[in-house]
Amino acid sequence: MIGNFPYIAVAILIGLGIYTLIFKKNLIKIAIGITLIENGANLFLITLGYRKESVAPIYTQAPEGMNMVLPTPQALTLTSIVIGVATTALILSIAMIIYNKYGTLNTDEVRRLKE
Amino acid sequence: MSNILTHSPALVMALPLLAAFLTPVVGRFNRKVLGWFVSIVLGLTLFITLLMATQILTNGPMIYVFGGSEAGLTLPSGYSVPIRIIFHIDGMGIFMGLITAVVSFLAAIYSLSFMQKHSGLEKYYALLLLLATGMFGMEFTGDIFNFFVFLEIASIASVALIAFRSNLSGEPAEAGFKYMVVSSISALMVLFAVGLFYGQYDVLNMATIASVMQFTQLDKIALILLLTVLAMKAGSVPMHMWTPDAYSEAPAAITMVLVAASQASLYALFRISFSLYNISLNTITVGWIIIILGILSMFIGVTMAIIQKDIKRLMAYHAISQTGYMLLGVGVGLAVLANPVALESFGIKAMEGGIFHIMNHAMYKGLLFLTAGALFYRTGTRDLNKMGGLANNMFYTTVFFIIGAAAIAGIPPFNGFASKLIIYESVYQFNPLLSIIAMLVSILTLASFVKVFHSAFLGPQLEQYKKVQEVPKSMVFAMAALACIIVLFGLFPDVIVKNLVHPAVMSLINQTNYTATILGGI
Amino acid sequence: MKEEMSRIVRTITTLIYGFIIVFGFYVIVHGHLTPGGGFQGGAIVASAFALLVVTFGNQGIKGFLQKDIFSLIESTGLVLFIVFAFFGLGVTFFYNIMANSGGLFGNSAIIGVNPGDLNTGGTIPIMNIAVGLEVFAALGVIILTMSAGSEITRKKENS
Repeated sequence: MIGNFPYIAVAILIGLGIYTLIFKKNLIKIAIGITLIENGANLFLITLGYRKESVAPIYTQAPEGMNMVLPTPQALTLTSIVIGVATTALILSIAMIIYNKYGTLNTDEVRRLKE
Repeated sequence: MSNILTHSPALVMALPLLAAFLTPVVGRFNRKVLGWFVSIVLGLTLFITLLMATQILTNGPMIYVFGGSEAGLTLPSGYSVPIRIIFHIDGMGIFMGLITAVVSFLAAIYSLSFMQKHSGLEKYYALLLLLATGMFGMEFTGDIFNFFVFLEIASIASVALIAFRSNLSGEPAEAGFKYMVVSSISALMVLFAVGLFYGQYDVLNMATIASVMQFTQLDKIALILLLTVLAMKAGSVPMHMWTPDAYSEAPAAITMVLVAASQASLYALFRISFSLYNISLNTITVGWIIIILGILSMFIGVTMAIIQKDIKRLMAYHAISQTGYMLLGVGVGLAVLANPVALESFGIKAMEGGIFHIMNHAMYKGLLFLTAGALFYRTGTRDLNKMGGLANNMFYTTVFFIIGAAAIAGIPPFNGFASKLIIYESVYQFNPLLSIIAMLVSILTLASFVKVFHSAFLGPQLEQYKKVQEVPKSMVFAMAALACIIVLFGLFPDVIVKNLVHPAVMSLINQTNYTATILGGI
Repeated sequence: MKEEMSRIVRTITTLIYGFIIVFGFYVIVHGHLTPGGGFQGGAIVASAFALLVVTFGNQGIKGFLQKDIFSLIESTGLVLFIVFAFFGLGVTFFYNIMANSGGLFGNSAIIGVNPGDLNTGGTIPIMNIAVGLEVFAALGVIILTMSAGSEITRKKENS
């Protein structure tokens, strides 16, 4: 049961992220919601590689005779974090442009493109 | 030449990437030569793609192992599963690759004069090349995490391009924000599904997952996630809300490339349901879900399009409606996949119609968006109520608009008629009601384009448009190339279907061919 | 509201930012032996730069840190990365032609637990350095552009 705790954390993170995306009205809060979902997905990828009583997968000065956790999910997660940085930078820049042109960050008023 | 041919999968993806990284350097030295540099690189990519197409359609699928000791060695000695990133290009992949190559080359040529007065042009061309790289990677890859990476590259590049003209007004930024939220959610759900596959089977290669797949509960969750978010990226109802804003606020050449990018997501949907799962899923249920999505997209797309006043928003709703045709055709093929008699008699024909429609739609919708861009370039507005009588001044644009509108409505000597006829005939044998709804939608499409033609082109010459001339030569060249392809495909459809579309359909249906190419006949 | 921060913060920043940059480059270069690599080390160097921007404000750093230099470094890093990927095209794209060959970074890789030899890896450390240059320059451009944008917005609000 205690081994399932990271998966419960993933479910809570993604659930909170989707709640923020649907119900919050400020553009910056929507950006934070996307970051929460991305953190949940990254945590899910890292947890998949864990093996019981193993050490980090580094050969340099490692302890002798122990198993190692899988290194492939760590590479996948690193790629996903880099993509997340680019996404966050772009979405925050677009939010800055919207604030400059519209004067507000509330999604109820940023709605000139209708129908 | 044989050396270029073996390395061509990597070259087609890497040449636009190299050019995208060199563009700021070139732009710092000489600003005027930038457009020509990008057009030459994309023309070279088109040439290599054509070479690769002739190789694949005569000799069979190609694979390319990145970083291996030779290009075709998927299983090095001592390994029983493939360990490196592998590009796996079969008939369907090269079909989509040809569409991407043609569309991005013509977009670069159109942008030579369309974007001339803009500042910051080196960023525009770098983003266009990155978008081309992302689309090629999505269509060629055989590795499911690599697909996620290229999907994100294409999404981020297209968001930056949609919001490119936000120095004057705020609407492009708003459209870009909506598209960014939608594409972020879809990409993160694709990543979640990749995690589900990796956690169960410990491999990331799509052919290997297909060969060891047992259809467990987690696989069902992954299938639902992937179907939903890839249909959301392709712009089908009920997740279509981002399409009108994004397509209307982007510059005209970028809208053409965005249509091809949405169809690359549609390609991924077909690849996952046919080559990854094949008959282990309940084909009748999943097929009917795709058919229902297709019918809803067709109908809601065309009814929302009739009432629009903005010309590019109208064309964007028509893009949603035509995506419904593709989903209908391939959905009928999926629904009868487990039934060999029905598959032989009308299933393969329905899939041929749907997949042929993908290429036709990219061509005529691209031409229509380019003519809308030409109208915006000369008159400065996209509102149909303000335009009028432009056939007196712009002769070539009028002719190309007539060709595009006739093609989308399905009128005989153009290519829309060929693919729509195949869809009507085969879907009628599956369920007559679906075919009747498809024909009704076609009539409504014709009605809305007659309205656009009348209000933009016909009528007496208006006072404020007396000095309007024809658009510059590079824009006319891009539109003429698309019009030639439309007329050629309409006059000789059986040649195209036999040589290009039929190998694509057979490579989707046969899952054993897909896995045997990588795993070597195990 | 004055832009730069108090005397204590300014003194500590001028003493510390060099060490953060050196640590970042250490993480970049040792990417093939210890945890780290291109992106991680680049992010550490960019955080030293963000510390400078926050402490001295937009006016204080206008002299020695501009967007053009960072853009040039970013293009250098990117072109270096893709050119080294093209070098392996004699065998396949991205092939590691310098590993186990005796030249620069050419010692043979040791499998198993070992104290770690910096001279191994082939093209991997060079690609790490290229990616590290690109990441810190790109994050630097992002920080400079966003702080200039926030200054424009603050001026527009106050007027």
